[in-house]
Amino acid sequence: MVGLGFQQALEQNQFVITVELAPPKGTDVSRMLACAERLKGRVHGINVTDNQSAVMRLGSLAACHLLKERGFDPIYQITCRDRNRLALESDLLSAAVLGIRNVLVLTGDHPTAGDHPEAKAVYDLDSTQLLQVITRLNQGRDLSSRSSGGKPLVNGATLAGGTNLFAGAVVNPEANPLEPQIWRFFQKVAAGARFFQTQAVYDLERFDQFMGYARELGAKILAGVLLVRSAAAARYVNEHVPGVVVPERVVKELEPSANPLEAGIRMAGQQIRHLRERCDGVHIMAIGLEEHIPAVLDEAGI
Amino acid sequence: MIVAEQKDIAEIIPMTEGYQNILVIGCDTCVTVCLAGGAKEVAILACSLRLAARARGKKVQVDEISIERQCEKEFVDSLQSTVRGHDLLISMGCGIGVQTIAEQFPNLAVVPALNTKLLGLPERQGVWVERCQACGQCILDKTGGICPISRCSKSLLNGPCGGSQNGKCEINKEIDCGWHLIYERLKSLGRLGCLEEIMPAKDWSRSRNGGPRKVIREDMCL
Repeated sequence: MVGLGFQQALEQNQFVITVELAPPKGTDVSRMLACAERLKGRVHGINVTDNQSAVMRLGSLAACHLLKERGFDPIYQITCRDRNRLALESDLLSAAVLGIRNVLVLTGDHPTAGDHPEAKAVYDLDSTQLLQVITRLNQGRDLSSRSSGGKPLVNGATLAGGTNLFAGAVVNPEANPLEPQIWRFFQKVAAGARFFQTQAVYDLERFDQFMGYARELGAKILAGVLLVRSAAAARYVNEHVPGVVVPERVVKELEPSANPLEAGIRMAGQQIRHLRERCDGVHIMAIGLEEHIPAVLDEAGI
Repeated sequence: MIVAEQKDIAEIIPMTEGYQNILVIGCDTCVTVCLAGGAKEVAILACSLRLAARARGKKVQVDEISIERQCEKEFVDSLQSTVRGHDLLISMGCGIGVQTIAEQFPNLAVVPALNTKLLGLPERQGVWVERCQACGQCILDKTGGICPISRCSKSLLNGPCGGSQNGKCEINKEIDCGWHLIYERLKSLGRLGCLEEIMPAKDWSRSRNGGPRKVIREDMCL
């Protein structure tokens, strides 16, 4: 049974479990909340995606609020794709007043990947800059460069009450080449990221190498674990989900299975066991298979 | 250079509806080089419009001309006598050309035959690629001479996003990841130190977001 909240568990060096839930495309939140209920007591935090894969859905902030009301510790995912700096700062203040403290900052998949490919992409800030903004909001200041009276401001305006957000970011230890990712990783730590949730990890040797850098910086790392229902689903992910690559050997292992979902659950559970000795936690991405996450945790012996 | 491409003829024909005396105007500068709106393209478009009119049983006069630069009033002014007698001007210049003509001939209808696409260069014969977004605040000194604003699909300032894989962009595997190019170039120059500092949020007010822009050189004003 999981007792502590996300940040507390990380700070007490527990092996932290987070999962990803996507808000519905519409206003019917029943499935999302039912999935969350099944995870009660088994996970430390629930990430709520922000128009994931650039597909329009219910807002992450509202969904986080619903989860918070029901006793979960949500991790509010916020991307740079859809909002400029005014909207991002404003939404972060909104999160703070709703008691949502954990924030995961992402660049955001490009609109062309999603269901509104004609949309104007924003990216007013990049994810590193957004982390700096959170650091600043936590200090009770914003990013504004002049007062409402038009006076230039060097260090932003003083807020009537700042935030106390626990900010994290994303890193892809399987990126090829890895070097620019490591540079980005260092940069995000410097900008204020206190935890990292990674893209799906498959190559443990490479991951160990990556963890060498992470330990140097003292950053908390939750390794990504992907649950896929079949070889075809894995191929779809490879084709359509930016930044995620399911290696061919995994696809091949799923292919002949009579019950590929079961095989997928077993493989994800196994992966968690491998990762347990290597990092600070795991972040499970089940993309549509959230109801099977408890089975993955059973398989992992958690 | 400014790179443009011709609109589909099916989009141009309806623009000519109701006009009898049409002048198609080419531009001998950028759009000639990118094979979109020079004298040759003017001749082809004029011919197509004549055929289209004939096919619909309409009597339309289509004349042709090309001038050195549609984006300068002096050159556009040289059309004063040519436009006389025409009721529609079709510009085969970039968006700037169309508007310069519209400004110089306020009493005449002007329509565009091109879509203005980008500020860039010919990569190879028949292929033009984007290199500048005219953001008003050049940072090429910090990025090894490769522009992240125009070459990163997200115009990021602090390195590649998680979608960069094998040096390619997440939006299309045919597109190079701009930040991958920057990283590799700075590395080969031994100048990765350029990337140590986090680049601050960009001042987009110097770009289009600050409203229509103007450059004033008071020392050169008469």
